[in-house]
Amino acid sequence: MSDKKTYERPVIVPLNTGLMNKFGTRTEYQPVIDIDGNPVKDLLAKYGSPLFVLSERKIRENVQSAKRIFETRYPKVQFAWSYKTNYINAVCNVFHQEGAWGEVVSRFEYDKAIKNGVPADKILFNGPDKSREDLELAVKGNSPIHIDHLDELYLLTEIATEQNVKPRVAIRVNMDTGIYPMWDRFGFNYENGQAWNAINKIIATDKLNLIGLHCHIGTFMLSAEAYGVAASKLAELAISIKKHHGKSITYIDLGGGFASTNTLKGSYGIGADAIPSMSQYAESITTALLNAGFDNDDLPWLYLETGRALIDDAGFLLGTVLSNKRLSDGRRATILDFGLNLMFTSFWYDHKISPAQPFGSHTEDCVLYGPLCMNIDIVRQHITLPPLNPGDHVVAHHMGAYNITQSMQFISLRPAIVMIDMDGKPHIIRKKEMLSTLEKDEVMPEYLDTFNL
Amino acid sequence: MKLNSNVAVSDSGFVFNPATGNSYSVNPVGAHIIKLIQEDLTDSEIGKKIAEEYIIDAASVEIDLYDFKQLLETYKLLAPVEK
Ligand SMILES: Cc1ncc(COP(=O)(O)O)c(C=O)c1O
Repeated sequence: MSDKKTYERPVIVPLNTGLMNKFGTRTEYQPVIDIDGNPVKDLLAKYGSPLFVLSERKIRENVQSAKRIFETRYPKVQFAWSYKTNYINAVCNVFHQEGAWGEVVSRFEYDKAIKNGVPADKILFNGPDKSREDLELAVKGNSPIHIDHLDELYLLTEIATEQNVKPRVAIRVNMDTGIYPMWDRFGFNYENGQAWNAINKIIATDKLNLIGLHCHIGTFMLSAEAYGVAASKLAELAISIKKHHGKSITYIDLGGGFASTNTLKGSYGIGADAIPSMSQYAESITTALLNAGFDNDDLPWLYLETGRALIDDAGFLLGTVLSNKRLSDGRRATILDFGLNLMFTSFWYDHKISPAQPFGSHTEDCVLYGPLCMNIDIVRQHITLPPLNPGDHVVAHHMGAYNITQSMQFISLRPAIVMIDMDGKPHIIRKKEMLSTLEKDEVMPEYLDTFNL
Repeated sequence: MKLNSNVAVSDSGFVFNPATGNSYSVNPVGAHIIKLIQEDLTDSEIGKKIAEEYIIDAASVEIDLYDFKQLLETYKLLAPVEK
């Protein structure tokens, strides 16, 4: 062994310039050497860099904890896994093993859920884009269909008449919950009476079986109270239905939107400190439902389509430093082998990024860029990190929601996805893309087959 | 390139430039390099010296040194090159 010292790139940082950082971000950057017992270095050596990694343990903990929180406050709770959040089949099946049904917003998601083995009557079919064929399939499977607009209502009524069946439906309701912006492009409005009209129409024509009321008031909702407002308004509709039509509503579905522990751009404070806890959301919703005035034997089920809050912190993106540059203002720019192509959510989150190897006590302000040849490929505009060298590894946190489903093969192929099981063993759940993956469905017209240069 | 006269570097990695009143924090390798610059060593001599003491090769040190000197210049710690 030599007695040489460990080298760290020379850095010099101005002191007391500009504002003090009141959040003391230094502590945010502890090295993350392993994920569920698997060294980052080994995972990257084995599966290539970059690499998505999901912790099965964390996913299960999240679902079990959310179920416990809701079920201790309300007797009838059902989670449905929101496929678009992360529809890698292995991920969906972890949720299904934990008792979650499926929630889908397109035909291919519907087909995926069926292939995964979810009984069709436990697939909630949402979204504004359901074709006649999609609806016919869902009707045949007795899936609860969440009607988004009048055209869909008419089409579904037509199908029901033709086939002489009574499809199970819910209507999607949008409403003012005191938050801005209001998501009023989906569903029927509560305040202006659209929702009540649609309900009356459904019940009067008697072609559809109205079993539920649905809403999804927004995404990454920072107000737990807004859910209480939404739950009250849907409960009020349900009670009016009972009163005017003598019909009990089976379920009230409050959609998704609970915030995950990511840090929204421009927000003060870091993720977990700024968002409501699952218990706060639960308290707000269940209090509203329990106090709405339902008869005890007529309490509706509470359905939840929680996505990001159940999986974001179970996902990681591991990567490698490609190079360092010095910007004209003296700041360091570090270029990583992943960027917007794999973390679409960096448009609205300041993702937490940790070095994957030990480092000294000196840090530098820097910009993190991705590898794409475009100016908008920025992973973090401002971050304080120890000096990183080419070949060093980094871990991006809270990557479980939407990043995989929204990833693109623009410029580079998409990486492998690995899930670490309950015993700490990694499993490939999607292989790394190859050129052949990309070209599988391309077709070359014969006349373009050859050329002379 | 020379370090501006009067720039003070403490053993704990505190750098003070009396000409501008600005202070900086520098890591151990950086402090070491500033000392060597003050001793008028050339880039390749600095590279060799650092490689003797740390687990790194001289060529890599020179790459980092190039970047580090740019920073020193940005912070007006290095005297401008005479044209
Ligand atoms: C209808 C519906 N349900 C559930 C979700 C899941 O939302 P989140 O991941 O914010 O919980 C969404 C996402 O936009 C949605 O549109």
